[in-house]
Amino acid sequence: MLLGLWIARNVNQVRGVMVAGSSCLLAMSIWLTLHFISERAGGNTEEMILHASTAWFPALHINYEVGVDGISVVMLLLSSIIVFTGTFASWKLKPLTKEFFMWFTLLSTGVYGFFISIDLFTMFMFYEVALIPMYLLIGFWGSGRKEYAAMKLTLMLMGGSALIILGLVGIYFFNGASTMSILEIAHNNHIPAAVQNVLFPFVFIGFGVLGALFPFHTWSPIGHGCAPTSVSMLHAGVLMKLGGYGCFRIAMFLLPQAANDLAWIFLILTTISVVYGAFSACVQTDLKFINAYSSVSHCGLVLFALLMMTKVSCTGAILQMLSHGLMTALFFALIGMIYGRTHTRDIRELGGLMKIMPFLSVGYVIAGLANLGLPGFSGFIAEMTIFNGSFENADTFHRCCTVIAITSIVVTAVYILRTVGFILFEKVKNPHFEELTDATWDERFAVCCLIFCVAGLGSFPIWASHVISDAVVPILSVIPTL
Amino acid sequence: MDFTYSIWILLLPLISFLVIGLPEFVNKKYSWSHKTAGLIGTCSLGLVTVLSYYTAFQYFTADRLADGTFATFVPYNVTWLPLGHLHFDLGVLLDPISVMMLIVISTVSLMVHIYSFGYMHGEKGFQRYYAFLSLFTMSMLGLVLATNIFQMYMFWELVGVSSYLLIGFYYTLHAAVHASKKAFIVTRFADMFFLIGILIFGYYTGSYNFSFTGTEIAYGAGASAFTVADSARALAAGGMILPTALVLMFIGGAGKSAMFPLHIWLPDAMEGPTPVSALIHAATMVVAGVFQIARLFPVWIEYAPQALEVVVIVGAFTAFYAAAVACAQSDIKRVLAFSTISQIAFMMVALGVCLPGHHGAALDNHAQLGYMASMFHLFTHAMFKACLFLGAGCIIHAVHSNEMSAMGGLRKYMPITHITFLISCLAIAGIPFFSGFSSKDEIITACFEYSPLCGWWMTGVAAMTAFYMFRLYYGIFWGTENKELHAHHTPHEAPVTMTFPLVFLSIVTVGVGVVTTLGGFCDWSWASFGSIVSAAGTAYTVHFDPQVAATSTVIAILSIALATYIYKGEKQPIADKLYATFPRLHRWAYKRFYMDEVYQFVTHKILFRYVSRPVQWIDEKIINGLIDFTAWGANEAGETIRPWQSGDVRQYAVWFITGTVALTLLLLCL
Repeated sequence: MLLGLWIARNVNQVRGVMVAGSSCLLAMSIWLTLHFISERAGGNTEEMILHASTAWFPALHINYEVGVDGISVVMLLLSSIIVFTGTFASWKLKPLTKEFFMWFTLLSTGVYGFFISIDLFTMFMFYEVALIPMYLLIGFWGSGRKEYAAMKLTLMLMGGSALIILGLVGIYFFNGASTMSILEIAHNNHIPAAVQNVLFPFVFIGFGVLGALFPFHTWSPIGHGCAPTSVSMLHAGVLMKLGGYGCFRIAMFLLPQAANDLAWIFLILTTISVVYGAFSACVQTDLKFINAYSSVSHCGLVLFALLMMTKVSCTGAILQMLSHGLMTALFFALIGMIYGRTHTRDIRELGGLMKIMPFLSVGYVIAGLANLGLPGFSGFIAEMTIFNGSFENADTFHRCCTVIAITSIVVTAVYILRTVGFILFEKVKNPHFEELTDATWDERFAVCCLIFCVAGLGSFPIWASHVISDAVVPILSVIPTL
Repeated sequence: MDFTYSIWILLLPLISFLVIGLPEFVNKKYSWSHKTAGLIGTCSLGLVTVLSYYTAFQYFTADRLADGTFATFVPYNVTWLPLGHLHFDLGVLLDPISVMMLIVISTVSLMVHIYSFGYMHGEKGFQRYYAFLSLFTMSMLGLVLATNIFQMYMFWELVGVSSYLLIGFYYTLHAAVHASKKAFIVTRFADMFFLIGILIFGYYTGSYNFSFTGTEIAYGAGASAFTVADSARALAAGGMILPTALVLMFIGGAGKSAMFPLHIWLPDAMEGPTPVSALIHAATMVVAGVFQIARLFPVWIEYAPQALEVVVIVGAFTAFYAAAVACAQSDIKRVLAFSTISQIAFMMVALGVCLPGHHGAALDNHAQLGYMASMFHLFTHAMFKACLFLGAGCIIHAVHSNEMSAMGGLRKYMPITHITFLISCLAIAGIPFFSGFSSKDEIITACFEYSPLCGWWMTGVAAMTAFYMFRLYYGIFWGTENKELHAHHTPHEAPVTMTFPLVFLSIVTVGVGVVTTLGGFCDWSWASFGSIVSAAGTAYTVHFDPQVAATSTVIAILSIALATYIYKGEKQPIADKLYATFPRLHRWAYKRFYMDEVYQFVTHKILFRYVSRPVQWIDEKIINGLIDFTAWGANEAGETIRPWQSGDVRQYAVWFITGTVALTLLLLCL
């Protein structure tokens, strides 16, 4: 099976192989997406397409069960794009290139596995596979306070996964200990409401840690700040999406009653995330920190939209994952390239880069504009879908949350323009910068690819929106209010 | 009738943006030469202009419908993004106001493209400049051709960004960077309200379409039951929902159109290249707010007529405020900027005074007058203000300064600029036979219909307009020559690429002025703007109210005379004396009544210092601290427990025995 091949492919050692491997992955994801669309168009209405299952550990009913629906298809596409461009972005990584890429590949394997598995245990396993390499990648290849960052990030995420495993085991046992398949549990769910109310916070917070839910987001700034470029890209671009995906696929799908009862608490937290992240980003001085807080804000918006629990808002949430993934990857790639030249990320020391490296600077402006939701880029459609969907909840509480979340679009504009003004425009602050060069071909290629994707999604959103909204329906249909 | 070609009006500038912009971005090696880039931009715009004129010709010469209105065409409409039972469409909508706007935008834009050849000659980033101009033109055309509010919002944001990019064109200058940032953030802040307004509107009416009538509710019924219930509720209550939505949208429009107190970005936006100020910050983008209200006018009239009073009050105050500030500015572009704010406020007021309630009927002639006058003023103002700005560009080009102190006596050196500038000044002052007279006079008539107070107020502002424009005119072309400056460098007339647009625009100004003035006095229906654009859609003949016309003309002439008396001479004893008598008033007006300082205070002192910093502090100290504290706790616990595993057998034995005894005792007791 093709999906098996993705997972087995763990032998990349040099750039050539890495490029071949990642292009292969990209091609396959594109093929998968097209195949998925044609299957759906052909009237295949199964919940999961390419469904396959092999018994793995029968005593606990653990199967290696995989399949894809609209949500996982777009997530896989996203991961492939980012792995592909991440390879180009870390073209010149120096020490231990081979090991770096090995861990990098292992990390991406975990990500792919997570998105395709529909078995609780397999999913959790891949989740762990994705987390562990992060420690090494940051701890070894990072910069700044990298040991502290790596330790903090790993410990916090591990704490999250402890909560998740508790929740998963709870789900398994309270549903009769007969199956680990997400689909089967969801369709014949007899977990008592009281138990659900206990388990839901475990799972939601557990995944929420990865999705940078306030107040469990503190790993994110320092973690991103210290990670090497391509790891930041993959981490912010894809790994943080695991959180949102898990919240949606497991917490809300399997514990629908509790999702309905407890959503309000988490809605408050996510609303805080959205605004708080944006305000924090306004006063940061490190480029990566600005971006990390902006990620807190945008990922907060993902969880926020999921909890709004309407079809449109959930579609928007997935679109936002997609769009945020591409945009942050673009941002981190550019920051990495700028840092690689100037050796500083402090916006007070940078200035006038537009004159010295026009390509990177224009790329940065485009990324910034996409981030603040300029029409024509993906951020706009995601945000508009979310706000429209959220507005369908007509009660005062939801309305207030929505309006508060909408204010973030202004604050986003403030911090983006502040940064752009500081680092790109005006006079060159440091005379040494005059000698720096603009992007090389591999960097240009990576940046152009990402911009193309962001603009493509933003200009022709209808296919993505269709693919996603079909997949959102079965999950929402189990939640009682709808 | 076939209008399918009209999609090219949008596509051509987009293509030219990509063609000029992409090579520039991917690698500087591949970028076009200055001349080619300019030609690509100008040619595509030329084609757009031809198409727009052709569309207008076809549209307005077509037969009217049975009820006397022009048919509305939607040659294109595709669903771009489905949003549940709502959907976000992109398309092209042709109706009288959008066709009228097409003419305005394409004409001014083409003139600016031609003008920029001369003005931007040899500038670094010439290609970038033309790419942005194309982007702006595309967005602006998309805005006026929008088939629904969401499309309008989308292009609304795009014009905001193009404006940001063009204001910050000279990105090495601090002032330009600061101004572009300010413009974007202020308008973005206003757009937030626009967005909320749109969401409310869409939710309760079940559609994002402009004409929200019975058919829309029927559409909702097909889609989902709850929409119907809600729109029914919104309507039956006749309550606050639609007025709220409309007022929120108006805030968005006020941001774009620089109404008080959101006007602060426009004067600073003058840091951009002058042709950009002419195109974006005088003729087209800033009237987007007026256009938005005109577009939603049927909804305003039907569901929120009282809320229009908000528009009147905001407009009337802004008109006065901006005129007062304009009297004291010394930078010629700032004077023009404040005059733009004031003139847009005239258009706003004109829309606001269309209250149907006064005369009973839904839309009687008087109510129509304001709407028509507003659109007409938009048209005439675009032409003469663009001409003024382009003229100012020529002057700045010649003397290399924006300050009036560097000018004076320029009429000898720049005859063409002088004449065209004078024509536009006469137009804006409202002298008969110039276009501004017809439109402004109709606005004032409409204001008198609304209430005498409003009418006199606006007449007063019109008098101030005439005064400050002629203060500017005399300051530039008469008065003392700055000999010191001219010693190194004699000012000279601009090249023909720059003077041609001036001549063209002033011919339009005079032509329209003569025809409509005569038409208004002689009741020629064909010469009336109302035969093209009117609130109800039916042809409407303008007839001047002789009393109002006479009053405003006399007042305008008096103000000009006053300005002549004070500012024409080489020495200006009266002006100096005035400054000396009211130093504080002058200073306040010069500093724009300290509005910028107020904003500075709110944003920097309050938002940054009392919101962002504390948030940051909480994040670093409390939340992060708690997490680190947990880690520290775990660490400490480990350290505490460690000695227990001492490896000392005797100690283990003691604990073992104690434990056993304790357990036994416990069991025994139970």
